[in-house]
Amino acid sequence: MTTEPEERGTPVGRRIVLGMVGLGAVGVLAGRWLSQGVSDVVASTAPALGAVIPAAGGFRIYTVTSGYPSFDAKTYRLAVTGLVAKEMSLSLTELAALPQTSMTKDFQCVTGWRVADVPWSGVLLSDLLDAAGVEAGATAVRFTSFDGEYTESLTMEQARQPGVLVATSMFGKPIEDKHGAPVRLLVAPMYGYKSIKWLSGIEATNKVIPGYWEDRGYDVDAWVGKSNGRSDDPVV
Amino acid sequence: MTLSSDAATVLPRFSVGERWTHRVLGILMGVLLVTAALLYVPDLGGLVGNRQIVRVIHEVAGFALPIALLVALFSRAFRDDASRLNRFRPADWQWLRSRDRRSGRIRVGKFNAGQKLNAAFTLGAVIVMLFTGTMMFFSSRFPDALRTGATFVHDWLALAVLVVVCGHIYMAFNDATARLGMRTGSVPVSWAEREHAAWADELTGTASDVAAQNGSAPTTTDAGQAGGDEPRWVGDA
Repeated sequence: MTTEPEERGTPVGRRIVLGMVGLGAVGVLAGRWLSQGVSDVVASTAPALGAVIPAAGGFRIYTVTSGYPSFDAKTYRLAVTGLVAKEMSLSLTELAALPQTSMTKDFQCVTGWRVADVPWSGVLLSDLLDAAGVEAGATAVRFTSFDGEYTESLTMEQARQPGVLVATSMFGKPIEDKHGAPVRLLVAPMYGYKSIKWLSGIEATNKVIPGYWEDRGYDVDAWVGKSNGRSDDPVV
Repeated sequence: MTLSSDAATVLPRFSVGERWTHRVLGILMGVLLVTAALLYVPDLGGLVGNRQIVRVIHEVAGFALPIALLVALFSRAFRDDASRLNRFRPADWQWLRSRDRRSGRIRVGKFNAGQKLNAAFTLGAVIVMLFTGTMMFFSSRFPDALRTGATFVHDWLALAVLVVVCGHIYMAFNDATARLGMRTGSVPVSWAEREHAAWADELTGTASDVAAQNGSAPTTTDAGQAGGDEPRWVGDA
């Protein structure tokens, strides 16, 4: 066995490792404030960075199928069915002809990230339901996506909240593929998994049918700050 | 182990166990970085989708990497090299400060200071990524603030790891002999004398007057028998 010269040096490597572990622990404890600070700085100095680096305050994109489902703007239809007086199959043009509503809301994910002040516009779900004429026995609304997998649902009362929008525009532009083009739901007061993307069907039903993530353990009533064991600030 | 300087044209640099450790860790790190990019960058994730599957691959690789590191500790050669990577000698500080660190003038040991910093950073990062990743994995057991904190640390450190791993690959890309050493386990004496002179001296038995001038104690190949102050692997790695 030989004694290497390195042995008599100082254990800098160990100090670096311990220092990093210490910094990591501080980061975990203070991360909630640090990440907010970083998001604020990025938003005010380099907003484009947030689009590339989610940690800088941007959206994280989740899909439950491979890739983004594609659509043809000419043939796309949003079906409004179930317990309604008048079933509808709306083209994008017909959807645009309905009364339009704009709102700016934070988008809060159940995994913890939050994107502040996202501008949306589209048709209020309550306006759409009124246009179709909801029948007396309809107590819930079920949503389906043309990705073929994702589903969601709301009670009729939740569906008529003012922060629930059938959105066709985001940040002043048509919704991008990754955000659910051409039409998605926004359920602003609830966690993001309620805001189903690539929306193709709205069905009035007589009971709440739990959606994709609710079958996998998430709360059906997903109020921000009052569900899923979380205490985030409510989205107003 | 002593090799006569005129007999040896190659020097043993990495054991079979170390080379396999490096391969396994490299593959796992690659899998982690690719799956991380898919989970993390919206436009990349959209190309592949299947987030649940990508996520499981990331989690499996993430827990496998530290386990592979622990398994590697069974290798004596790995422990010895970990100990060398840990210790900074005066020549290492000099090497870091100098402008001509690539000239071979400063006679560094088996690893130069850049390699030592890379190793320390990577080990520190693996530990921090493991504990923050574990918190994200068992997220329902932690309060929101800690979950957010763990995600914050995990996300930003991942970017730093990406930069350092790219740097590591870039350095290897520019040194075919260094890659040969990791592939076959041996390096030519000429390369060792240029890049890691003090180490070449150790193995070839050349008394290193120059190393002494650089502020290190002279090295002799039988110093261990003469009573090294501690076993090489104690407290490191």
